[in-house]
Amino acid sequence: MRLSLPEEELMNSGHMACQGCGATLAMRYVLKALGQKVALCIPACCWSVIDGPFPYSSLDVPIYHCAFETAAVSASGVKAGLEMVGDTETTVVAWAGDGGTFDIGIQALSGVAERNDDILYVCYDNEAYMNTGTQRSSATPYGAWTTTTPVKHFKNRPKKDMEAIMAAHRIPYIATASVGYPEDLFKKVKKAKDIQGTRFLHIYAPCPSGWKSRPEDTIKLARLVVQNAIFPLYEIEWGEKYTLNIKIKEKKPINDYLRIQGRFRHLKKEEVAFIQEEVDKKWERLLANVNGNQ
Amino acid sequence: MGNHALSYGAMLGRSQVIAAYPITPQTQVVELLSEMCADKTLDAMFIKVESEHSAMAACLGASLSGARTFTATSAQGLALMHELLHWASGGRLPVVMGNINRAMAPGWSIWSDQNDSLSQRDTGWIQFYCANNQEVLDTVIQAFKVSEKLLIPSMVILDAFTLSHTYEVVDIPEQEKVDEFLPPFKPEITLTPDDPHAFGGLTSPEHYFELRYKLQKDMEKVEALIEKTGREYEKMFGRYLGIVEEHLCDDADLIFITSGTMGSTAKVGVDELRKEGIKAGNLRIKVFRPFPFDVVRNVIKGARKVAVVDRNISYGHHGMFFQEVKSAVFGHSDGIPIFGFITGLGGRDITPSTFREIAQYVREKEKPEENIVWIGVKK
Repeated sequence: MRLSLPEEELMNSGHMACQGCGATLAMRYVLKALGQKVALCIPACCWSVIDGPFPYSSLDVPIYHCAFETAAVSASGVKAGLEMVGDTETTVVAWAGDGGTFDIGIQALSGVAERNDDILYVCYDNEAYMNTGTQRSSATPYGAWTTTTPVKHFKNRPKKDMEAIMAAHRIPYIATASVGYPEDLFKKVKKAKDIQGTRFLHIYAPCPSGWKSRPEDTIKLARLVVQNAIFPLYEIEWGEKYTLNIKIKEKKPINDYLRIQGRFRHLKKEEVAFIQEEVDKKWERLLANVNGNQ
Repeated sequence: MGNHALSYGAMLGRSQVIAAYPITPQTQVVELLSEMCADKTLDAMFIKVESEHSAMAACLGASLSGARTFTATSAQGLALMHELLHWASGGRLPVVMGNINRAMAPGWSIWSDQNDSLSQRDTGWIQFYCANNQEVLDTVIQAFKVSEKLLIPSMVILDAFTLSHTYEVVDIPEQEKVDEFLPPFKPEITLTPDDPHAFGGLTSPEHYFELRYKLQKDMEKVEALIEKTGREYEKMFGRYLGIVEEHLCDDADLIFITSGTMGSTAKVGVDELRKEGIKAGNLRIKVFRPFPFDVVRNVIKGARKVAVVDRNISYGHHGMFFQEVKSAVFGHSDGIPIFGFITGLGGRDITPSTFREIAQYVREKEKPEENIVWIGVKK
C-alpha cells in the first residue's frame, strides 16, 4: 500500500485531546503538510489545552499561546519579528477554534486580511465553545443544542458564512477542508504554504463530547457533512475564483448526518426540512459562484 | 513636540517592529514613525493595525520573535490594551510604549490627567513619568535598555498637549553613540522552529506562583538598574535621568510631591514661595512603578510637612501618588503630616498659583483633616 501522506509526525502522543477529537487530526495533517519550519500562534481554544500543560508540549514546533481575540494579529507580529531578525522562511500560522475566529477574533482577523499580512490562518471548527463545555458560537449551525441554546430554545440562526466574509477581503487564498478528507486537506495546506499574503483555511473538525456523537463516528461525520453539502469543500482565490474540490453527483440526505449526533436529536421533521432547504439554497449559490455566474 | 521626541527615541533605539493605532493626542507619533519607516530613516516594519488591542498583540508576537518593539497610545487606547499589558509582563516581553496621559471618557476628553496610566499600575509595567521633551527622548532609549535587561516592559508617559504638542529644543544624540549605549536586543529564548518551545501554555498551580514571584523579584531590581543605566547614559550624553528630581528639598519645611509636567510648574511655585520666605521644595517622582519607597522616604524625612499633588484619583480611595507616599512612610514615619491634594483632572490648568494655594492650606493646618483636598473645584 502506498502512503498518501508523509510518515513524519510533528505531533506526538501524550497530548490531552478527547477520544475521536477532530481538532487533533486537523493539527496532525496540517503539520505533516507544513513540515518543521513553522511557528504557531494558538489563542484560547481546545488546542491551548490539547498541546499539554507547561512545561510540556506535544508538538515539535514552537507555539505562542496568545490572547483569545488575537490569533491573527499575533501571527502578524511574529511574522514581522521573524523577518526583522532574518528569518523569512518560517510559515507563521494562527491556529484558532471557531469561537476565536467567527466571534471574538474576527476584528483582528479582518485587520490582518485587509492588510494582507503574510500568515496562514487555520480555523478548526467544532461549531461551539467546546473548551468551556459546549456553549454556542456564531459557527454553531441552525437547530443545534448547546448548553446556552437548550433544546427548548435551540439555535435559531444560521452559521455565520465565514468564507463569504473572508472573500470580501480579497485575500489570495481561502479554502474549506475536512478531517474526513485528509488528502484534500494536505493538498490545500501545501498550496497555501507557497502563497504570500493572508491565507484562510477552515477545517471541519467533529467534537464527540460536544456533539454527543460516538468517537468512532468522527470520520463518518466529517465525510457525510461534505457529501450532503452542509460543508462543501472548495477554494476561493482573490475573493473571486471559486473551485469545488469534492464534486457531489447527488447530495446525501442530511438526516443520516443529523441523527447520529445528540445535539440535533430534538429536531422535528419540519425543522429538518427547513435545514435541508437552507443547505440546498447555499449549495446552489456556491455552484453559481463556481460556475462563474456570481 | 513631545510626540516627536518620543518618535525620535524609538528611532534612535532602532525599534524593529512598530504596531500602533492613532488616537489624539498621540497621532504625531504614528505619523512621524510612518514617515521614518517609509523613507528608511528607520529600518522597521510598521504594522498599521485596526485597534490598540491588536497593536499590543502584534508587539508581543514580534517581541517573542526577538525583535525590538515599540508602540504608543493614550487613554481609551491604553484601557483597550489592558488585558495584553498583563500578557506583556507575564510573558516577559520587553515592549516599550509611549503613553500620552489623557483623561478617560465619558465625557469625552482629550486633555491631560493620569488616570489612564495609573489605572494600569498593577499590570507589571515599569512606568516613567516625564516633565520635558528632552526627558521623553532620553527615557525611551534608556527604557529599552532597562526593559531588555530584566525582560519587563516599560511605559514612557507624557502629558497631553503640555508635552505631547509643545515644542521645545531637544538635543538628539548621534545614532552611533546611541548604538554604543544600546546594543541590539538578543533574548536568550525566542519563538523559532530552530529551537521549539511552547510559550504561555496552561500553567498549573504547581508552576504559576513561581513565575509571578520571579517577576516581582526582577521588578525589585529595576530601581538600581535605572540608576546604573542613567549613569552610563550621563557619561555618554551628559544628562542623568534617575528616579526622582529634587528641587530645594534639602532644607525645605514643606515638600511638594509631584509628577509629570506639573513637576516643572511646581518648581516655579517653589521659587516664588521661597522669595516670600517660605521654605518649600519639590520632589518630582519620575518612576511610579516600581515605586521608589526608600528614595521618597529619605528625601522627605527632614521636612515638617509633605503635600502630595495628584492629577488622578482612585475613586473611593485617594490620589494614587498619595497612597504610595503614605505607604512609603508607614511603619517608618516619625509622624510627618502628609496631605493629599487632587487637582487638574481632565486637563484643568495647574499653575504656580496652584502650589501657592496648596502651601497656604498646609500652613494653616497642623495635620491633615481629610484625605482629599480638592484644589480648583468650581462651587
